[in-house]
Amino acid sequence: MDQALLIEKIILVLTMLGITLLIATYSTYAERKVAAFLQDRLGPDRAGPFGLLQPLADAGKMFFKEELIPAASEKWLFIMGPGIAMFTACMTGAAIPWGTELHIFGYTLNMQIADIDIGILYIIGFVSMGVYGIMIGGWASNNKYSLYGAIRASSQMISYELAMGLSIIAVVMMSGSLSLKEIAAQQSGMNWNVWYQPLGFVIFFTCALAECNRAPFDLPECETELIGGYHVEYSSMKLGFYLFAEYINMFISSAVIATLYFGGYNFPFQDMISSPALLGWLQFIALFAKIFFFIFVFMWIRWTLPRFRYDQLMHLGWKSLIPLAILNMVITAAVVIARNNGF
Amino acid sequence: MERLTTRAKQVSNKEMTLMERIYLPAILHGMGVTLKHFFMKKASVRYPEVQRPFSPVYRGVHVLKRDEEGRERCTACGLCAVACPAEAITMVAEERKKGEEHLYREEKYAAVYEINQLRCIFCGLCEEACPKEAIFLTDKITPVEEDRASFIYGKDKLVEPLDKRVDVSKRQSWRLNQA
Ligand code: SF4
Ligand code: SF4
Repeated sequence: MDQALLIEKIILVLTMLGITLLIATYSTYAERKVAAFLQDRLGPDRAGPFGLLQPLADAGKMFFKEELIPAASEKWLFIMGPGIAMFTACMTGAAIPWGTELHIFGYTLNMQIADIDIGILYIIGFVSMGVYGIMIGGWASNNKYSLYGAIRASSQMISYELAMGLSIIAVVMMSGSLSLKEIAAQQSGMNWNVWYQPLGFVIFFTCALAECNRAPFDLPECETELIGGYHVEYSSMKLGFYLFAEYINMFISSAVIATLYFGGYNFPFQDMISSPALLGWLQFIALFAKIFFFIFVFMWIRWTLPRFRYDQLMHLGWKSLIPLAILNMVITAAVVIARNNGF
Repeated sequence: MERLTTRAKQVSNKEMTLMERIYLPAILHGMGVTLKHFFMKKASVRYPEVQRPFSPVYRGVHVLKRDEEGRERCTACGLCAVACPAEAITMVAEERKKGEEHLYREEKYAAVYEINQLRCIFCGLCEEACPKEAIFLTDKITPVEEDRASFIYGKDKLVEPLDKRVDVSKRQSWRLNQA
């Protein structure tokens, strides 16, 4: 690997990490604003114009809070928990194509950090590792509520990952590739996967909500029953890490949804733009517009639906989503075979 | 049996139809409802800058009135303290000396007059009991204090300043209407 490429990649990694963190920070603000607007309120508007400095104030508050490590906890695991949650959340962004190419100062930047040919497996792998952060944290706290939250989180994630994987298989069969770059490139213009895989999209979206522990699947946190679930014992920035990881996950999930089903960086009539520099920027913007839309939908759903009961959650996962996902997969397989044989 | 409310609904345990079991139509409908609220007028009042109007009969912090010549009206009869259900009022009476006629209207006056704002329930009975129309409740809200002792308001906080008279006509007219 020559040096220029190395530097290019490092710059790209740092920028994407920065953007991810920035978006996650402002998602907390957006969440509060969206919640407020959906409930006929105004939301935070005191810190800075329109309350735009609110996330900074929140972060400052988190930093200055007292840091408590319960005496009965497993100290190292207790510290590791939020670290793992944050680490896995940040890692997933590497395989997502954030655009095709950007031209900056006469330099062409490839917008995918790592074009892994099994990109989608890499993402699924890291997302499922995310449960360890929650599990370790919940177990190490040595608290009944935390343990409950952790157990709920792990069983929920395992159940929904199945349906999620099955719905992705249908996409993979259609495009014939595991590489996210390839999948995104195939959906140029308006040739989006969601037109062919509407059921798959609904299943994937539902599972994404569950994977992110977002309402209506936020049973691991459950303020009312578990007073916060797996992070009851956490305080200060460790708690901040957990909450923050959730927002990063939300951002990444939105990016994955946009890439898999909504054409990634593609936008309609993009063939009419002849300048590659302009096209690169527009694709970058198009992808982020889609991501922001999905983040909004995530929040919109959170403030619309009440939480599932635990048995309902398991019913939905095992008895509805998985059979539907299998059905979707079989139909897709049949169609793909039929097409390949010239029907 | 007479219904207590018009909004009661009969509970039904009927089987859900397929449409209902898919959830999605109901979820989309719910999202439509919340989205409508997204664009609706907000109920929030940006408090310190914008204040909601008080009702004309609002009962806030008390004021001890002076008469037209600026003399304190209170004669320390103690009727307010007797009427007070929360026992929030205490006072020490004093006799008016020669040369103090411009300060106190009656021959007896309250040297000390204290209302504990933490005990007070702002019922307004003191105002009703007073024969001298000396005490009134205003539309002022008790400000925040950092210790309990500061909530015991003495004459320094209660008696209206000579140069900043407190308008209590709203409550006076309300009381006249009641009578
Ligand atoms: S308003 Fe009621 S409670 Fe308060 S001092 Fe007067 S009589 Fe007592
Ligand atoms: S305020 Fe009125 S009722 Fe109370 S002591 Fe003075 S004159 Fe009497």
